[in-house]
Amino acid sequence: MARLYEYQGKKLLKEAGIPVPKGDVASTKEEAREIAAGIGKPVAIKVQIWAGRRGKAGAIRFAETPEEAEKAAGELLGSQVHGFEVKRVLVEEKLDIDREFYVGVIVDPSKEVRAPVMIFSSEGGMEIEEVPEEKIAKVVVDIFLGLRSFHAVDLARRAGVPRELLTKVAAVNTALYQVFRKYDCRTIEINPLVVTKQGEVVAADCRAAIDDSSVYRHPELGITVARESNQEPTDFDEIAWSIEEGDLRGTGYVAQMNQEIDAIATVGYHGIGGGGAILGVDALNKAGLRVANYADTSGNPTAAKVYRVAKLILSQPGIEGYCLGGFIMANQEQWHHAHGIVKALREELPKRPGFPVVLLLCGNREKESLEILRQGLADLPARIEIYGREHVYDSGFIAQRMRALVEEYQKERDA
Amino acid sequence: MAILVDEKTSVIVLGITGREGSLRAAYMKEYGTNVVAGSTPGRGGMEVAGIPVYDSVEEAVEKHGPIDAAVTFVPGPALRDAVIGAIEAGVKFIVSPVERVPLHDILEMMYVAKNAGAKILGPGSIGILTPEKAVLGWLGGNARWAREVYRPGPVGVISRSGGQSGTIPWVLREAELGMSTVVHVGTEPVTGISMGELLELFEADDQTKAVAVFGEIGGSHEEEAAQAIAEGRFTKPFVIFVAGAWAPPGMRFSHASSIIERGKGSAKDKIQMLKEAGAHVVDQPDDIAPTVKRLLGL
Repeated sequence: MARLYEYQGKKLLKEAGIPVPKGDVASTKEEAREIAAGIGKPVAIKVQIWAGRRGKAGAIRFAETPEEAEKAAGELLGSQVHGFEVKRVLVEEKLDIDREFYVGVIVDPSKEVRAPVMIFSSEGGMEIEEVPEEKIAKVVVDIFLGLRSFHAVDLARRAGVPRELLTKVAAVNTALYQVFRKYDCRTIEINPLVVTKQGEVVAADCRAAIDDSSVYRHPELGITVARESNQEPTDFDEIAWSIEEGDLRGTGYVAQMNQEIDAIATVGYHGIGGGGAILGVDALNKAGLRVANYADTSGNPTAAKVYRVAKLILSQPGIEGYCLGGFIMANQEQWHHAHGIVKALREELPKRPGFPVVLLLCGNREKESLEILRQGLADLPARIEIYGREHVYDSGFIAQRMRALVEEYQKERDA
Repeated sequence: MAILVDEKTSVIVLGITGREGSLRAAYMKEYGTNVVAGSTPGRGGMEVAGIPVYDSVEEAVEKHGPIDAAVTFVPGPALRDAVIGAIEAGVKFIVSPVERVPLHDILEMMYVAKNAGAKILGPGSIGILTPEKAVLGWLGGNARWAREVYRPGPVGVISRSGGQSGTIPWVLREAELGMSTVVHVGTEPVTGISMGELLELFEADDQTKAVAVFGEIGGSHEEEAAQAIAEGRFTKPFVIFVAGAWAPPGMRFSHASSIIERGKGSAKDKIQMLKEAGAHVVDQPDDIAPTVKRLLGL
C-alpha cells in the first residue's frame, strides 16, 4: 500500500535531518512500557492508522510513567478507531507545545500548475482544508530547480513565522521537499509542525503517500500492495493484488468498499472498464443495494484473470447477489469474459440455490459471448438474467433487475 | 475539419518493435493514419508493417523531415525519456497510452513540453481518433470495429475513461449522430491536454456543433471545462455525465486519476460547477445521445 504510517513517515523525516520526537513503535503493551522506560519522560501513545482526527477519537493518550504507558497501550491495541483495528501504537516523548504550524507538499494536476506545491500555514493541528485561505502560503516548485533555500525562507515568512524561528522552519521545509522527491511521494504532510516551549521545531506527525507507480523504485519501504486505498490492505486485498501482479494481460482490479449505507442487501459487483464500472456502483447504490466491492476487468484480460476476479468477488461473506456490470462497448472480443464468468459461476452457484445473478456484457463478438453465457449457465439452479448492448447505458434498469431478483430470493428464503 | 489530427498528420510510433507497438502501428496504418516511421533503440533498419524503424526520433527526423506527432508504446518507467527525446527532436504532439508512469517523471515531461510548446495527450490515454481520417493510439481497437462505430459528423467526444471513449461513440452512432474527433484524456494522476483546452479547440472547429463528455470523479478536468464555458471560451452545446456519485473519498476506482483527494473532485462539486456554468449535465448515461440530438435540433 502506498500510504505510510506515521512512524514510517517519521523515519524518513529523521533520516533527512528533520527533528522528530524520541520514540518507537510497539505492537504489544510490554513493548510500549519498554519504549516509555527508555525515553524516561512523560510520553504520548498514538494509534497507527490511516486516518486523521485521532485526538478527538481518543486515539492519542498521554502517560507519566512506563506503567501508565503499558496500560494505555493495552487499551488501544486491538480496539477499533474510525472502523480500523489498531495493530500498532507509536510511543514517543510528550512535547511541550508552544504553537503549531502545518507544512505539506502535494502535486497540483491543474493545467496552470502540474507541479509540486509546498503549502505552509501558521495554523497547524487541524485539517488543512479547514484553515482559511488567507492563513495559507504556497509555493509552486520548479521540478528541475527544486525548492531552494530562499523559497523555504520566503514561504515561512509569508505565512507569518516569526523571525527567530525562520531558519529552523526553513530547514524543515527544505528537508521535507527532499524527502518528497527522494521517495516519489504523491503527498507528504507534517501536521502539526510543533514549536516547543524550549524553542525547538519538531515534526509531531507525518502523513505520507508514495506514488503507486513509483513503489518499484523503493523496495526499502516494504510496500506490499501498491494501491491507493482508504484502509490498510486486508487478506482480501492481498489476494486481489496477487491476481493483478502475477498476470499483466489486462486489468484485474478488485477492492472492498466497506461503505455504511442503508440497503436491503449486499451484492458482489464485477464491473468492466474503469469509467463504466463506476456507473454500476452508482446505480446499485441508488437502487438500495450495498456494493460489497468495486472491481474492473478490462483491457483484454484472459479468461483466467476474469475467472479469478469473479471467484474472489463471490467469496465475500454475506453477499446476496452478483452483478456483472459491462457498461462498455468493448472493442475486444468479449468471449474471454464469458468463459471466465461461466467457469466461476458453475463452481459457485450449485452451492447457492436461487442465487440472484444479473449479467450485462456488450461489445465485439457480443452475440457469441452471450450465447456462451446462456448455454454455460442454462442448467444452474439460480436466478440468472443476461443482457446485451441495448442496455449498455441503462444502468438504472440493470440495478432494478438486480434488486428485483434479490427481493425474490429473500422472500423465498424467509418463507 | 477536426481537432489535433487528420489524414495529413505525420506520425512516429515509439517502441514500434514491441508486442503492443507493432500491433497498434499496423492498426493505425490500416485505418489510414499517416504513420511515417517507428523507433526502437538498437532496432534501426527493420520494418514493421511496412513502416521503417529507426534508432531514435532524431534519426527519423533526419530521414523524413519534421514529424508532427508521436505515439508512445514504451513501458511506464521508460516513458519520460522517450517523450523528452521526441520533444527535443521537434515533435509537438505526443499521444501516450502508457499507464503506471512514475508521477514525478510525468511532472518532468510536462515541464519540458510546456517550455517547448508541445502538447501531451495522456499519459494513460488510449488515444485520439478522427473518423475516416486518422487514429493515434488504440482507440477503436481494430480497423473493422473502428470503421463500424466511429462515423464522421458534428459531435466532439471527450472521455475520462478509455472504454467509455468507445461507448459514447457507439450510442451516438445508434442515435444516427457522427463525430468530429474523439479524445480520451488519460487516466494518470497528472495528464497533459485538459478538457478545457480541448473545448477551446472544438470551439474553433467548424465541423463540431456540440460536445459529449463522459466525466468522472477526481482531478480537475470537469472544473476546467466548467470554467471554459463560464468564461465564454466554449459556447456550443455541452452534454456531460459524471460517474462516481457514490464513491467514497480516498478510494481509487481503477484509474489513478479517479480519486477524491483532500475533499476535492467529488461528483457533487463537479456537477454543481458545470450546471452553474450552463452545461447540460445528464443523470443517466442513457440520456447523453438524446440530449445531444435535441440540442442540435435533430
